[in-house]
Amino acid sequence: MSVRQGLLALLAETPMHAYQMRQQFEHRTGGTWPLNMGQVSTTLDRLVRDGLVEPADTADADAEVQRYHLTAAGRDELATWWATPVVRSTPARDELSIKLALAVSAPGVDVRTIVQAQRTETMRAMTDLTRLKADLPASGWSSEDLAWSLVLDHLVFAAEAEVRWLDHVESRVARAAAEGGTSDETAVSRRAAATARATAATAAASGGAR
Amino acid sequence: MSRRPLGPVLLSVRGVTRVHGTGTTAVRALDGVDLDVRLGELVAVMGASGSGKSTLLNIAGGLDTPTSGTVVLAGDELSGLDVKARARLRRRSVGYVFQDFNLIPALTAAENVSLPRELDGVRVRAARREALAALDEVGVADLADRFPDELSGGQQQRVAIARALVGPRRLVLADEPTGALDSATGEDVMRVLRARIDAGAAGLLVTHEPRFAAWADRTVFVRDGVVVDGTGYAAGPESLLASGVR
Repeated sequence: MSVRQGLLALLAETPMHAYQMRQQFEHRTGGTWPLNMGQVSTTLDRLVRDGLVEPADTADADAEVQRYHLTAAGRDELATWWATPVVRSTPARDELSIKLALAVSAPGVDVRTIVQAQRTETMRAMTDLTRLKADLPASGWSSEDLAWSLVLDHLVFAAEAEVRWLDHVESRVARAAAEGGTSDETAVSRRAAATARATAATAAASGGAR
Repeated sequence: MSRRPLGPVLLSVRGVTRVHGTGTTAVRALDGVDLDVRLGELVAVMGASGSGKSTLLNIAGGLDTPTSGTVVLAGDELSGLDVKARARLRRRSVGYVFQDFNLIPALTAAENVSLPRELDGVRVRAARREALAALDEVGVADLADRFPDELSGGQQQRVAIARALVGPRRLVLADEPTGALDSATGEDVMRVLRARIDAGAAGLLVTHEPRFAAWADRTVFVRDGVVVDGTGYAAGPESLLASGVR
């Protein structure tokens, strides 16, 4: 879970207290993923339990809040995180792909209309995201500006992938309609098995690295 | 790009139909298209190849003539003008930006930009002055005396944008302007185009890349010669604030 590694990454730079971690996490990711203090303290408790983080000695007796720093094991864990690609094995249950998968076989549903409505909506979201990007200065970015723009880019590229996929769906459906589509139960079970195999293979391949 | 209120309509396309060929082989490239572009506005046109988006761009710029319907550019109806007057209006009001930059290789950046002004009848020295100002606005003033083959793709496209909007030109028609550029350079070019339009121009952008269309104020979708949908004017970043993105 990325909050856990995110806190490790922050603590590697300097000891912090919980509130600072929350602030820094939000600031450095452009506020895209707000955290509540409950999430921070729960995560922090687990990190301490697992021996990755420990309370820092407080030289200043007046300090009201406890600061934390990384242990050697915490540094190892963080190094592993930087070095390991994020696993993309099990596809998340995505409403849009479920909706379109059902739509192609549902009677009386016009897939083209669904595709166009979604394309417009996704394009609208992309336009809003791009406007936030455009508000950044043309040059002379701080590292926070860069971090924020990269987070926005991630959302923009993901939205773009969705639009491209919708284009693909549209042309596939048009072609299938021209050829006269069929519904085939054995094809369905064959595909389910293939998906399960692919997922298992990816998980196994990534398992060794974890 | 701060969202100033948009200016007056600069380009108005009304009920435009374009039919290629006749009889049974007739193809309707456009079929009853309406589209307005206001000053300060960039409109993106998206659609599959063969959807009619390029025809729309050509008709908007007076390079092609509709079979029926009207195109009003800067207050003049194109079909009401004779060939000569239409050519003059097109030359003085519209600039083009293409995928392959289309700069003249034997002319420097400044000469490429001043050429349309010299054709407008402006004296060489004044045209050069305007060209240098236009190059400055797109951030390449220091490259004024370089030839196109001494410029990167992104730099050439900036020069092309300067050329498109030099002098009185207010409408830029951009056909896949980022098509030959890498992702980051393409974004720089969109940022420049956006800034020039915000400073007092209008643009119609044809692209098949959603990421670049997202720099427009709105996107319209063309399919089989018909505008099937559009994003409309965005609610703006406030809607994102509400949904948790900064």
